[in-house]
Amino acid sequence: MKKEKSNTQVASGTTGRRGMERRDFFKLVGGGVVIFFLPRCSSDPVPVAEPGKRSLPKDYNAFLKIDEDGTVNCYTGKIEQGQGIIMSLVQIMADDLNVPMEKIKMVMGDTELCPWDGGTWGSMTIRSFGPNMRRAAAEAKGVLLELAANKLKVPATQLVVVDGVIFDPANPGKSVTYGELAKGKKIEKFLDVKPEVEDYSKFTFIGKSFKRNDAKIKVTGEAKYTGDLKLPGMLFARILRPKSLSGKLASVDYSEAEKVPGTTVVRDGELVGVLNANLVLAGRALEMVKAEYTYDEIKVDNKTIFEAMIKADTTADVETTAGDIEAGFKQCDKIIETEIHDPFLAHAFIEPHSALAQFENDKLTVWASSQTPYPLQDALAKHFSMPLNKVRVIVPFVGGGFGGKSKNQQAMEAAILAKVCGKPVMVTWTREEEFLYDNFHSAGVLKIKSGIDKSGLIKAWDYHAYFCGTRGSEIVYDVPNHKITAHYHKENTPQVHILDTGPWRAPNNNTNTLGRELQIDRLAAAAKMDPLEFRLKNLKDQRMIDTLKAAADLFGYVPSKKYPSGRGIGIAVGTDVGTLVAEIAEIEIDKKTGKVKVKRIVCAQDMGLCVNPHGATMQLEGCITMALGYTFSEEIRFEGGNIIDRNYDTYELPRFSWVPKIESIILQRMDQPPHGGGEPAIIAVGAVVGNAIFDATGARLFQMPYTPERVLEALKKG
Amino acid sequence: MEETISFQLNGKQTEIKIDPTQTLLWVLRNDLGLTGTKFGCGIGFCGSCTVLLDNEPVRSCSISVGEVKGKSVVTIEGLAKDGELHPVQKAFVEHDALQCGFCTPGMIMNAAGLLIKNPSITRDEIKAGMEDNLCRCGAHIHIIDAVETAAKEMRGGK
Ligand code: FES
Ligand code: FES
Repeated sequence: MKKEKSNTQVASGTTGRRGMERRDFFKLVGGGVVIFFLPRCSSDPVPVAEPGKRSLPKDYNAFLKIDEDGTVNCYTGKIEQGQGIIMSLVQIMADDLNVPMEKIKMVMGDTELCPWDGGTWGSMTIRSFGPNMRRAAAEAKGVLLELAANKLKVPATQLVVVDGVIFDPANPGKSVTYGELAKGKKIEKFLDVKPEVEDYSKFTFIGKSFKRNDAKIKVTGEAKYTGDLKLPGMLFARILRPKSLSGKLASVDYSEAEKVPGTTVVRDGELVGVLNANLVLAGRALEMVKAEYTYDEIKVDNKTIFEAMIKADTTADVETTAGDIEAGFKQCDKIIETEIHDPFLAHAFIEPHSALAQFENDKLTVWASSQTPYPLQDALAKHFSMPLNKVRVIVPFVGGGFGGKSKNQQAMEAAILAKVCGKPVMVTWTREEEFLYDNFHSAGVLKIKSGIDKSGLIKAWDYHAYFCGTRGSEIVYDVPNHKITAHYHKENTPQVHILDTGPWRAPNNNTNTLGRELQIDRLAAAAKMDPLEFRLKNLKDQRMIDTLKAAADLFGYVPSKKYPSGRGIGIAVGTDVGTLVAEIAEIEIDKKTGKVKVKRIVCAQDMGLCVNPHGATMQLEGCITMALGYTFSEEIRFEGGNIIDRNYDTYELPRFSWVPKIESIILQRMDQPPHGGGEPAIIAVGAVVGNAIFDATGARLFQMPYTPERVLEALKKG
Repeated sequence: MEETISFQLNGKQTEIKIDPTQTLLWVLRNDLGLTGTKFGCGIGFCGSCTVLLDNEPVRSCSISVGEVKGKSVVTIEGLAKDGELHPVQKAFVEHDALQCGFCTPGMIMNAAGLLIKNPSITRDEIKAGMEDNLCRCGAHIHIIDAVETAAKEMRGGK
């Protein structure tokens, strides 16, 4: 194992480290062996703490600590929102330290105990955290071996570790446990390493399947989510909201509301909170508040937004370019142009945003359902002009995030109301508030022009993404002349996306993979080739070829002489943050009603080293299931700032009867670093279903989702 | 107006002095401290608030506490008996039938109700019976597997 930089400091005097004093730190976590490390890849777009801004430990955003009883603690600001990262991280640590998995304790998402972290998103936890954590573990093991060598008077190289016990195989009586070695010690190490590819094949736990370790408390109702917490004297808040997004509070009269027993109404600028120890009464009192709002006139709606995006004065950033695109089109025998419209989507996790805030003495503590505890801590400290060490954010279990629990609006609301009323305040949003204040998946438009020569090779590819970013737009295929252009909102021009947008499971990749793979399919049809054969002909990337072939094998795919074949089989591939997926689906379509049912979907995934294949398979199945929503039903309808869909009655999520038979294969790459697995399988479902509809009927849909009405319309056009 | 409502809660006779029009979900969570029952939508569309009312799965967000007077309510906290998990709970653990776990109590209560009514339930009947419970994480396949396993166990392995 190669180290880039490592320095050992035995905790005796003071050091140059800013922030919390070392003795305060050990007071907080107790003695033992502590290794600080940076869980991020140099290439990852992770926000780094501003120098000198954060306290403990200045720049190292995780640490692991061996306790005096031999427990291995890993403190990280990452949070568990259902992805099962708790388990994968435990597996990694158990392997590298040679301790049983039960000895490992993950401490997550508490800003007072865990060092700074930018947030849990982008399937980054295992991808970037894993390799760094392994080095931290190796470092810890090195320290412990040195200590043991001293104690046992045996050279460290001669010692072996099994289940947290270090011994000399030549003389097994000579042994000492991690716990005994850590006792009474205060040893710190700072580790600054870059992740690199390593041989993972010799490990016991990594690469094997394990079930979740939090299931038991989740099936008994014991697991606490933010909204389940209670403090003495706590008040529930219901918050006054405008009818639509642009509303500005003009006047408010809450005298009637205050007559409801136990009710206090507090106002801080636009924020009006109705507080009561009883949530139902707070809600009833809220209904008695009379408020007037002024609304901006916003003309755009969910139908006209696409036109508006194309017409808007945007910046055009060429992100990738190769060859000579004009010359490429001249070599083409057939040229296809496609325009795709993708709507806004809600995150719609079942747990609503919740936060509990308490001011006690000079300290603020906020429990929140959040993917970003540290940015929240920063925002709170700034808002209340408090030092960071007086603001603590704790994230209990989170009931789904998918990128949608990063804004922390509810936590700010709870804290402001708690400050004004002087009591702990719990805010739990209603489902309507969820839909109003979501940071939606971006609506976007794609315009793609590409062509093939007489032999069926793609010669030119001109790709434009409007307002939807370019994650996942990589060309994948071997196209000599190509250009990918992203069109973004230009500063100081009128806002086009009137709804707030943000990351949504594999942000924008659903849109871009949909675009590329529909277009590829149209080219296959133009070339009169089977879509699998067309793809293989135009692919050069061996990993992608292997992945696609693995999916085809598992599916039992037989190429057809004509395309569309009438069989209702679709293919799509995609890449997401280093992971490759290939999917093949079979659908059934009711030509009278326009209803499409996916019967079977096969997915092959190459995610590099897969730490926990069982966990990865669950994530993959979850992705495919969730994707059925954006494929068939999910679309936020709005008129100006008025969101029309505000609950699950009209915003339809995938249900049991929609779920097809899912078969998957994870191509285990023990020689590769791990890539993300929480998102990739979601990206190709829209395309694979769209292509299957074409294969069944010859009809193409260019607007998501594929509702029965749109399917019928497309069938009519033929 | 407050009145005293008495009912069976997780097998114990319970009395609470409360306005009978208050929503059962919030009374369970906030007044009786049983936070395993979750709020998801408030309009009966997600199922995360499901409890058993006289062995029948109901949406506790859509009924008042007054309506349970004299009846028996079972929540997720009351399903395990003497520290022994209910077969549905056990099967959920065994099949990893959850991710974030927020829909889980409602899923389990709904499944438990289905199995009381129809112990010889088929896989298709399970799917149909679970249809109106939503899971955003996509744990569906494992949930169906788990309910099937639980049904089998409750039938004595047949
Ligand atoms: S909260 Fe009761 S059904 Fe959704
Ligand atoms: S496990 Fe997250 S909603 Fe079902």
